[in-house]
Amino acid sequence: MNNWPAKWRRIRALTLKETRQVLRDPSSIAIGIVFPLMMILLFGYGLSLDVSRVSVAVVDEDASTDSAALVGAFRLSPYFRVTVADSMAEAKRMLDRKVDGVLSIPSDFTRRWHLGEAEVQILVNGMDANEARIMQAYAQGPIAQWSAARAGSDALISAGPVIVTDRMWFNENNNSHYFLVPGLIVLVMTIIGAFLTAMVVAREWERGTLEALFVTPVRAGEFLVSKLLPYFGLGMIGFLLCLTAGQFLFHVPLRGSLFLLCLASMIYLMVALGIGLLISTLVKSQFLASQLAMLLTFLPAMMLSGFLYDLRSMPAFIQGITYALPARYAVALMQTLYLAGNVGSVVWLNLGVLAAMATVLMVLTRLATRKQLS
Amino acid sequence: MTTPASSPALRLDAVCKSFCRETGESVLALDNISFSVGKGELAALVGPDGAGKTTLLRLLTGLMKSDRGIVSVLEIDAAKDPQAIQSRVAYMPQKFGLYDDLTVQENLDLYADLHGITAEEKRRQFADLMEMTGLDPFQKRLAGKLSGGMKQKLGLACTLVRTPELLLLDEPTVGVDPLSRRELWEIIRRLVKDGMTVLMSSSFLDEAEGCERVLVLNEGKELAEGPPAEVRNMALGRTFLAQPPQGMKARDFQAQLLAEPDVIDAVPEGGQVRLVSQARSGGSQSTTLARTTARATPARFEDGFMVLLDQAGGAKQTYTEAVQPEKPLGDSRHESVVEVRNLVRHFGKFVAVDHVSFSVKRGEIFGLLGPNGAGKTTTFRMLCGLLPASEGTLTIAGTDVRRNRASARQHLGYVAQKFSLYGQLTVGENLDFFARAYGLGGEKKRERIAWAISQFKLEPFILLPSAQLPGGYKQRLAMAAALLHRPEILFLDEPTSGADPFARREFWQRITSLAAHGVTVIVTTHLMAEAEYCDRAAILDNGKVLAQGTPAELRAHASGPAGHSATMEDAFIAIVLEGRGKPAAKPGAAQS
Amino acid sequence: MRSSFFRILALIRKEFLAVLKDPRSRFIIFVPPILQCFIFGYAASFDLNSIPYAVFDQDQSAASAAFLSRLDGSSIFRRQAVLGRSEDIHTWIDNCRALLVIQIGQDFERHLLAGEPAQVQVIADGRNSNTAGTALGYFEIVVEAFNASWRANHGQGSPTIRTVTRSWFNPNLDSRWSMIPSLIGTLTMMGTLMLTAMSVAREREQGTFDQLLVTPFRPFEIMAGKALPNIAIGLTQSTTILLIAQFWFHIPFVGSFLLLYAGLGLFLMAAVGLGLLVSSIAATMQQAMLYAFLLVMPFALLSGLTTPVNSMPEFLQSALVINPLRYALDLTKRIYLENAGFAQLSSDFLPLTVIGLVTLFGAAWLFRKRLT
Repeated sequence: MNNWPAKWRRIRALTLKETRQVLRDPSSIAIGIVFPLMMILLFGYGLSLDVSRVSVAVVDEDASTDSAALVGAFRLSPYFRVTVADSMAEAKRMLDRKVDGVLSIPSDFTRRWHLGEAEVQILVNGMDANEARIMQAYAQGPIAQWSAARAGSDALISAGPVIVTDRMWFNENNNSHYFLVPGLIVLVMTIIGAFLTAMVVAREWERGTLEALFVTPVRAGEFLVSKLLPYFGLGMIGFLLCLTAGQFLFHVPLRGSLFLLCLASMIYLMVALGIGLLISTLVKSQFLASQLAMLLTFLPAMMLSGFLYDLRSMPAFIQGITYALPARYAVALMQTLYLAGNVGSVVWLNLGVLAAMATVLMVLTRLATRKQLS
Repeated sequence: MTTPASSPALRLDAVCKSFCRETGESVLALDNISFSVGKGELAALVGPDGAGKTTLLRLLTGLMKSDRGIVSVLEIDAAKDPQAIQSRVAYMPQKFGLYDDLTVQENLDLYADLHGITAEEKRRQFADLMEMTGLDPFQKRLAGKLSGGMKQKLGLACTLVRTPELLLLDEPTVGVDPLSRRELWEIIRRLVKDGMTVLMSSSFLDEAEGCERVLVLNEGKELAEGPPAEVRNMALGRTFLAQPPQGMKARDFQAQLLAEPDVIDAVPEGGQVRLVSQARSGGSQSTTLARTTARATPARFEDGFMVLLDQAGGAKQTYTEAVQPEKPLGDSRHESVVEVRNLVRHFGKFVAVDHVSFSVKRGEIFGLLGPNGAGKTTTFRMLCGLLPASEGTLTIAGTDVRRNRASARQHLGYVAQKFSLYGQLTVGENLDFFARAYGLGGEKKRERIAWAISQFKLEPFILLPSAQLPGGYKQRLAMAAALLHRPEILFLDEPTSGADPFARREFWQRITSLAAHGVTVIVTTHLMAEAEYCDRAAILDNGKVLAQGTPAELRAHASGPAGHSATMEDAFIAIVLEGRGKPAAKPGAAQS
Repeated sequence: MRSSFFRILALIRKEFLAVLKDPRSRFIIFVPPILQCFIFGYAASFDLNSIPYAVFDQDQSAASAAFLSRLDGSSIFRRQAVLGRSEDIHTWIDNCRALLVIQIGQDFERHLLAGEPAQVQVIADGRNSNTAGTALGYFEIVVEAFNASWRANHGQGSPTIRTVTRSWFNPNLDSRWSMIPSLIGTLTMMGTLMLTAMSVAREREQGTFDQLLVTPFRPFEIMAGKALPNIAIGLTQSTTILLIAQFWFHIPFVGSFLLLYAGLGLFLMAAVGLGLLVSSIAATMQQAMLYAFLLVMPFALLSGLTTPVNSMPEFLQSALVINPLRYALDLTKRIYLENAGFAQLSSDFLPLTVIGLVTLFGAAWLFRKRLT
């Protein structure tokens, strides 16, 4: 029955129409081009998960050569910015705003050290729990250094006996760009794919452009294909921007195959487009569709994908939810392809799940699109 | 070729369709309708708002499924294979959804491609369509930037981009000016002559007259079916032209006549009043006819339609209740309330309004007439202060609108072309909001809202979100909201566009009553019959005023067909064509 | 003046009706913030409480067993496997089956007993280097504890410094305590800004805006009528999150409600002002939505919610003085957890007031300009 040339022509005409609409709407371009660039700059230069230079106020009540040496060790540490406070009261005032923590060396410090029971106090502002915890860990460094120096003179071993040598595979220098870039690709695809398309079918319902369109030889499937193609293109532009930035701006190594990376991105983009189109088809209201897309795709991609926060540490029921979210598989896939290389089992499993999701979503969207008015 | 009788192009057999309103009640939109149109026929679907015309067309296109009965189009069962129908018919919905961000040409190309038109066909068809719609100069313009009527024409052009076996049109001529309407009809007639079947719904009853077959619907039920003459004959011998008494305006006389129980219908026509009476001439003379000097006149389809509906339960409504303006207007009767001098508006290089001047006196009804895109709406928006003027002076109730917009607004009421009240809010909430917006409060507010609800018969809908109101009631609500603060001046932009004959009569009766109480009304319309209600009117084209005067003065520009006085429509076409430098040719004669 | 007041009141009433009557828009106002609040509360934490690891123990001694049992006793480290070959290390890391692989050398016990340094090698899956770094840090803490007890038990003790850590305002250093109060500002800003931008765009798209303009409303009144209801809705959203924080997550509120709401009011003024600015640029609802999103994104990411502001580059920090969310986060957290007083918060109140006034007046100016 199907007349392929005519079918092809219809798809082409609708795609052309959709493309023109995208090109003429500055907001689509903003999401397709400006958003990826903005995210690249933000993640590349703005956000840093390392706490660099914790400012600490030191109250040295001992005022001995030993305590001065300890303060010196803190000063030498690359992680601390030391301010000296005259009294505990002053330090506490500073803790309110100016410093992140207080190091307090009690007046009997030297005396007790000789007895083997020296103690220093660290006061942290728990307002930012993460920062406080990091500071606590950093403080061990100068203290150990000082003890080592002190012990060295007393010819005693202080460090160990177990000595840890650690290696961070895939990212020896602990460069946070390495994991931000793969995650960024997922985020950008999610926004372009789901957020933008969530509005495009709903918009046609709201503006009443479908009634006339439906009474033509156009098939529902052709209509959907024409909705997919332009946004697929836009999504791939976003992908290329991120890829280029990863390669030339942040020098993230691509250890897996470029082909697989592209394939993975395309499949994930199809999933995102599928979600967007399905929401749009079912909801038929731009406002609601955009909010749902935000809630169902962008937030999970940011929070529940393993991109920023480790999935294994989330409560069981949230972990359960993440298995239903495509972003989880996409992040694992991208991070592996970028940093670990073509790890067969990881790549094929995640790729398989995403491909299955894409297929299911497309079928559902096709079934939900009826050339019918309600 | 099969004969029309053996296999109709479309057939409905005992079709029922009901809807569920959001409030939970079920509405029967089509009740046991059987109807068929033979191949090559031109058929019309007529009836008031809510009669089920649109539903019927949607069933035919397979966009909706019937609850019961058989819908068969081109011998295809619509329930089984809607796609097969959709591939073979052309359909123009009431509100044709153009893509606002595509140009005129791109919209047309899209539909040409979707229908699989060959390049050769396309070239030929496009030329015709451009000629008909007058869109030629605007091919590169974005559809969203076209005026309302132009959009309608573009929608039509997109539908007619191919010649299908069956053409379904849902109120295709709403908002289209008389000139284009004539041209459109030329095209439709030509298509029918070439063998196409056409079914159109229309609320312009004169259009039904030219069809071969009509189906009259009312509230989902079939009132009549057959050739239009059958309907027309219902009014045979009941139609008269009555001369208003000395010094009385035709519209006031018409309002008076309409209030008579034995008058089915009355409309002003050529300075006289056309009326349809219960009694036939020759039979027992009605009291009203006895009192006036009325002479019999040939019946029209519209007259028959009114008789038909009258018999079906009487749809005639009268509005004699008056609207009292806030201030006594007694002495200032002749002062001019709206003064427009040399008004100009540019959009870039394009001059939309070009040195327009007119003045309107208190209590006058002033009409702004003109083809689509003539600059009516632009002029209107400037009058209301929605758009700044490029040049010229604009004075409303003594206030310079260009300087002080906010204070002019307290004096005016505005009803937009498109329904623009809050759809999510109920009827009551909308009225309450606009009352407060105009600074009404307490007892006064309650009183005005109560007045509006009773005057516009909105009682049953008070709790209904206004987006769900039936079409005609949306219009009433918009009017009610605009009248809450007893404005001295009322601006109405195509208020009757898409309204059914009853809604139109009802609307004009209200306007007549308002004007009688000193409210100044400025109105745009495409229905030249309605210009008869105006005291004076201006005809615009290409942003310029071509003619201005009383309906009688305007009619004097044209001579009607032999033996008849010219109608407003004849006059309008003559004036516009003359203004464009074309000879006032007989309509349709200049078709290529 | 009086009539102007009543007109604004009418607009406010209408705005509330329009937003709150529709169940779908009610859903959009209240459900997403609540859901987000739970997601952020439970998921958005850099703390690790489950670190899967594998061990390649070449020593197989009592000492290595003791070492590993300390690890297993930590409740955070979960042993997934004991590896037999060094080649397996790759497989376990590559396939994401273990976050850490711990390799204990052959002479572990011998070295320990001899008082010599005993090597333990840890390999971390650095695909998410942040998680890996944190896990390594946790591992070091366990090793440190093992060392201390080993030294104590084997008389190798040497004078060391004990560090006593006390944490203010958040005694258990629970990251949820700082995350959830931060959400009060973040989620409310997202909601309010988008709602405001969309509500004006919708009136434009539906033609009701023109109807408003032919009534005696002045641009200022229309703005006030749009701003106030949205501020009120924002405050309701904030209150919802505040209640969840206190009664679901049991984070004690120690500050002054008056001060908190004063701060939120100023902050919402800025958010609504930004929403109005967006709406005066956007022609359609889609544009309003997307522009609002593009605006909220950097504000939220650079507010200090996920990463500390003071570790951002200097130029960005100075550019961020215009980010109202940054002040709102600081303000809510400090009132909530610290009971900070007005004097301490002046560095938040002052910029918020300035930003609020500038955006509102900017929006008013643009609004007027677009109308004439």
